[in-house]
Amino acid sequence: MIRSACAITGIAVLLILCGFVRGAERFPPPDFETGHQMPSPTTPHPRQDVYEYIDVAVLLAALALSSYLVLKKRSRRAIFALTVFSLLYFGFWRKGCICPVGATQNIVLSIFDPTYAVPITVAAFFLLPLVFTLFFARSFCAAVCPLGAIQDLVLCKPVAVPGWVESGLRLLAYVYLGAAVLFAATGSAFVICRYDPFISIFRMTGGLNILVFGGCLLLIGVFIGRPYCRFLCPYGVILRQFSRLSRRRVTITPDECIRCKLCEDACPFGAIKKPAAQWSTQDYAVARKRLGLFILALPVLILAGGWAGSSVRAVTARAHPTVRLADRIYLEETGAATDTTDASAGFRATGKQIEQLYQEASNIQARFGLGGWIVGGFVGLVAGLKLIGLCVWRRRDDYEADRASCLACGRCFEYCPREHVRLEAAKEGKI
Amino acid sequence: MAEDKKRTINRRHFLRDGLWGASLAALGMVAGASARKRRDTDLVWQIDPYACVSCTNCATYCVLENSAVKCVQIYSICGYCDFCPGYFEPGASVLKPGAENELCPTGAISRKFIEEPYYEYTIDETLCVGCAKCVKGCAAFGNGSLIMQVRHDRCLNCNECAIAVACPSAAFRRVPADRPYLLKGENHA
Repeated sequence: MIRSACAITGIAVLLILCGFVRGAERFPPPDFETGHQMPSPTTPHPRQDVYEYIDVAVLLAALALSSYLVLKKRSRRAIFALTVFSLLYFGFWRKGCICPVGATQNIVLSIFDPTYAVPITVAAFFLLPLVFTLFFARSFCAAVCPLGAIQDLVLCKPVAVPGWVESGLRLLAYVYLGAAVLFAATGSAFVICRYDPFISIFRMTGGLNILVFGGCLLLIGVFIGRPYCRFLCPYGVILRQFSRLSRRRVTITPDECIRCKLCEDACPFGAIKKPAAQWSTQDYAVARKRLGLFILALPVLILAGGWAGSSVRAVTARAHPTVRLADRIYLEETGAATDTTDASAGFRATGKQIEQLYQEASNIQARFGLGGWIVGGFVGLVAGLKLIGLCVWRRRDDYEADRASCLACGRCFEYCPREHVRLEAAKEGKI
Repeated sequence: MAEDKKRTINRRHFLRDGLWGASLAALGMVAGASARKRRDTDLVWQIDPYACVSCTNCATYCVLENSAVKCVQIYSICGYCDFCPGYFEPGASVLKPGAENELCPTGAISRKFIEEPYYEYTIDETLCVGCAKCVKGCAAFGNGSLIMQVRHDRCLNCNECAIAVACPSAAFRRVPADRPYLLKGENHA
């Protein structure tokens, strides 16, 4: 008797709960006698796909123009004009989305998540700047990237950053890239988009934290040229490596370097390399010893990085909503938390098994463990290679723009007397 | 150093060309992989109304000052109730419009008499803030015809939707841009 009563109550409660969740039809839809016509809900359409293709076309045109201006025309003024256009179009008009920097995460997610596919336009946004960099150096950074453009415009009083500080700070960008790939691959978060410092400025609305972060970067950017590009940009890290291999490179002088030293302080990004004579024998011996030490330290650094990356998995995995939910449910189940959150109440209403949730969460955490090894190892490798780079010496006769660091902004061109000779000749040739 | 400069440069050039080719091939593979999973239409964010728990996050987490998520009335499901649990406060003394009786904090729902005993409820989107109070009431005691939807004339389609991150029930998902709404009573397959 009691048992059947319990069963009936249980079923009734279940039915009511189902009703709560589904919002079941409790009242039959009306039968109008007056012939009233039911309206249907409006469904305003999103931005049409054709505009996405226009964006890709504009990106392609801007990249081609930027490459031409940097390598052939060599005109800082024209590059500046294109920078302003890119800031207006990709920044304020398109509101900073989609950008190649963030598209990296979509590509990573589509590789790791079989159910997610990137639209063709997003793939184009990711790939086009990389292909252009392989051929024409960092023409994307020069005048196409809206994030670079807004920083380039505020740069008024450039202050030189010592090379070792620059190199050290750049490690942040590698960590950022690794974290962005890890979080995107596990389907947890798109951190590049979440912490995009200038997006609130482009949208003219947004969270206070990001607005302050962006404002600080712009303030620093008045003195230290393009801090986001140099020390944080995860896409810039990929562009750097591709720029090392590019077919054409940015040259300070149009023909030959006369070593006049005039361009020495021209670069606000510390990308001009001075001529280097031969090392003295004593320095050479010290450097060789150091090189051997750092090569031996390389595997240690990789292992240490991997171990560190993997051992923080309990923290990093909480970026995934399932892990956060499982943590919360565990707290409630063990009685450490007496109230419920929207998420935990919502989960309980679905009637899914708690054990299954725990299993899913522990699988995700295991993936973060493995990913932590890979990302940490990668950061360790980069740090090790940076140290090795300190002991490698390369003979250089001329003033050169560093292949990796040069943002192709074109500021150094007019410092070169040979450039002025070229301009004169071009002018006379025309007349 | 000077005599083997030529040889060094050659080796370096060979390495650089090799890496250059490898990089181009890698980009080609990425292009091929994304072309194989080809998707012609763009993706946009939308709320699954059956997963929505009508918390208030849609009103507060959107990057827009005025949220892109609004309440939508699915008229074909609506019961046209006199005492609408999405319109009136549960303890409303009289069934008449007025701030003290209405659930909606901005008075965005208008109530129109059709015929005895039916009333039609319409959302004014310029007033709706996306707080989902009416959705909660309608789901709990009514037919559940009021649902939250991302309005695509407002949505910026951020790469990572800030509301989706804050959504407690994973109700947000990416849908193809040519079928951008998940309305109740329609086949979403």
